[in-house]
Amino acid sequence: MELLKKIAAAHLREDHPDFRPGDTVRVHLLIREGEKERVQVYEGVVLGRSGAGVEETVTVRKISNGVGVERIFPVHSPRIEKIEVASIGRVRRAKLYYLRERAGKSARIRTKRARKGGL
Amino acid sequence: MGKGLIGRKVGMTQIFDDAGNRIPVTVVKVEGNVVVQKKSAKGKDGYSAIKVGFGDVKLLEKEGTEPKWRLSKPRVGVFLKAGIEKPRRFVREFRVSEGELDSYEVGQELGADTFNVGVWIDVTGTSKGRGFTGVMKRHNFAGAKASHGVHEFFRHGGSIGMSATPGRVFKGKKMAGQYGNTRVTVQNLRVMQVLPDENAILIKGAIPGPNGGVVTLRSAVKKTVV
Repeated sequence: MELLKKIAAAHLREDHPDFRPGDTVRVHLLIREGEKERVQVYEGVVLGRSGAGVEETVTVRKISNGVGVERIFPVHSPRIEKIEVASIGRVRRAKLYYLRERAGKSARIRTKRARKGGL
Repeated sequence: MGKGLIGRKVGMTQIFDDAGNRIPVTVVKVEGNVVVQKKSAKGKDGYSAIKVGFGDVKLLEKEGTEPKWRLSKPRVGVFLKAGIEKPRRFVREFRVSEGELDSYEVGQELGADTFNVGVWIDVTGTSKGRGFTGVMKRHNFAGAKASHGVHEFFRHGGSIGMSATPGRVFKGKKMAGQYGNTRVTVQNLRVMQVLPDENAILIKGAIPGPNGGVVTLRSAVKKTVV
């Protein structure tokens, strides 16, 4: 176990802010188009985080042109330039899968100004 | 012809390559590999190979008696004859060509740097034992329907053959039985990283056996080009 963690540690990123389920985040993705690289921003609600260590992923849901879109990002991927927290949500569950059955008004999440202990 | 090492599977994790792709890797610890014997085609063996030992052996220390290795005397003797003070628990043989034989010395320690990054290897191990399993798990049979009047026949394999002709069940018919705990080789796996300090090798993909299981790594038989 020790060795596995050591190997994984080289790939861990510690520059991400603390973001939790219910938060609205902006994920800045590096996109390769032919030779060029550019940044694309994907904004949505965090449905949940899964896994631990380097294997951790985050599911982000947004409504795009009336269609629900969910993308799963490896949190520690170098293809992510940065993650910004746009707003902090107040939710009572770790996995917000119930949002899938909801749309419009009922899919709103109460926001919080700040979290205890900073951010 | 090839190289070989014995190691212990540590477990799986993932790494990111330069392009940012996620790569699943298995970590194998190859500490304490030692060349025990060289066999030559010219000698009495009639073929060229190296014998490699791996794995610690416990030392039995009782008051009033001499410390003893927890290994049979003949097996300890093999190592002592080769001039190796510490016997190893596992011994495997790797075929090498006559020319390559000169690059090995009896008593020489082989480390993780035996394999270079990017080479293809075959990994042999003992698969996880699953005991006596049904046909669905062992041979990926589909089983029977869950409804439409199926009665107590959900995970069965169905018919096992025809009637009076041939009047017997064919050899090799897939049925329930012991699954796993057999020698399994996975071919053409790539070495992603070598950690000489830790004496560990990172191999892309999964390898047979549980974490902690003993595996042998060999140069790939089929894919020899880097």
